[in-house]
Amino acid sequence: MKPHRNHPLWYAFALHRASGLLLALFLPAHFWVLSYALTDAAALDGFLRWTDYTMVKIAEFGLVFLLAAHMFGGLRLMALEWLPWSPRQKTYAASAVALSFCLSTLFFLSAV
Amino acid sequence: MSDDASLKVSVWRGAEAGSFETFDVPMQESQTVLDLVAWVQQNADPTLAYRYACRVGMCGSCAMMVNGVPRWTCRTHVSKVAKDGTVEIAPLRNLPVIKDLAVDMDPFFDKWTAAGGAFSPTKSRDDTVEPILPETPERREADAAIECINCAVCYAACDVVSVNPDYLGPAALNRAWSLVNDVKDGALDARLTAVSGAGGCHNCHSQQGCVAHCPNELNPTASIAGLKRATVRAALKGRI
Repeated sequence: MKPHRNHPLWYAFALHRASGLLLALFLPAHFWVLSYALTDAAALDGFLRWTDYTMVKIAEFGLVFLLAAHMFGGLRLMALEWLPWSPRQKTYAASAVALSFCLSTLFFLSAV
Repeated sequence: MSDDASLKVSVWRGAEAGSFETFDVPMQESQTVLDLVAWVQQNADPTLAYRYACRVGMCGSCAMMVNGVPRWTCRTHVSKVAKDGTVEIAPLRNLPVIKDLAVDMDPFFDKWTAAGGAFSPTKSRDDTVEPILPETPERREADAAIECINCAVCYAACDVVSVNPDYLGPAALNRAWSLVNDVKDGALDARLTAVSGAGGCHNCHSQQGCVAHCPNELNPTASIAGLKRATVRAALKGRI
């Protein structure tokens, strides 16, 4: 970590970039698995049984967190660029992370 | 503070290629980072090259990388930045190094020019002085951006400048925004065209390192966001 990057809004940028890249990697696999609903229902059921494993539930928690962080972070950036400037940028970034954590935790609690 | 206490001060020597040289510098009360550099030049090695002028945070000449962070060295107390009795001082990031701690500021000021940073008057000295009301929204925006001292700290803090040498950078765009909001200026569309090109405001990733490190607590990211909105509005209306 370069010292000049050590401030909250750089971490918000890094989270948005990392979540975007990881989601870009995940989505093709996601749609590929979903395609089995049309072509091979038994194979899809096989994939869906993975969600019974605790490690997969934890991975899903991470996935939902990334999705929520990218969505709320994106909303923050769109507001930054298109709405009149607000000085509460760090608050918005922290709120995006907090909301994402709450959403993903709710998902995890309902999954276990 | 005892007189014999000293700091290990690592100073960049050379140009783009070079290395850090370490000096033992006596610690003093209320010592600034610029004081450290001056001590080295005056007492240890007179060939050390660095740049400063006012020593009171007005001229913007003395910015350097201090422990990896861009700072105005004349207003940065050693007690604030020293880590375990050591300080590392390097030339500003993102600018060519001339020698030691002195960088070539030409690219920085060339981008001010490229961003339309020169005021374009709409009146001559023969006209009456135009009254400017300080409480108007445009003037408030211009006033917020106008206190830049050209120190290039924001330019050194910007990762977009690092990866895209054509990017105009926070200071030049901040200057453009102050003129976009200046009702006396007559080059609005030309300036919006200048800042919306390949290296223009739309390259900004809103990391806000410029805001975090600006010694005058200006907000170039807000200025750049204003330029993004203004350029899109002008493009939609077919003006640029």
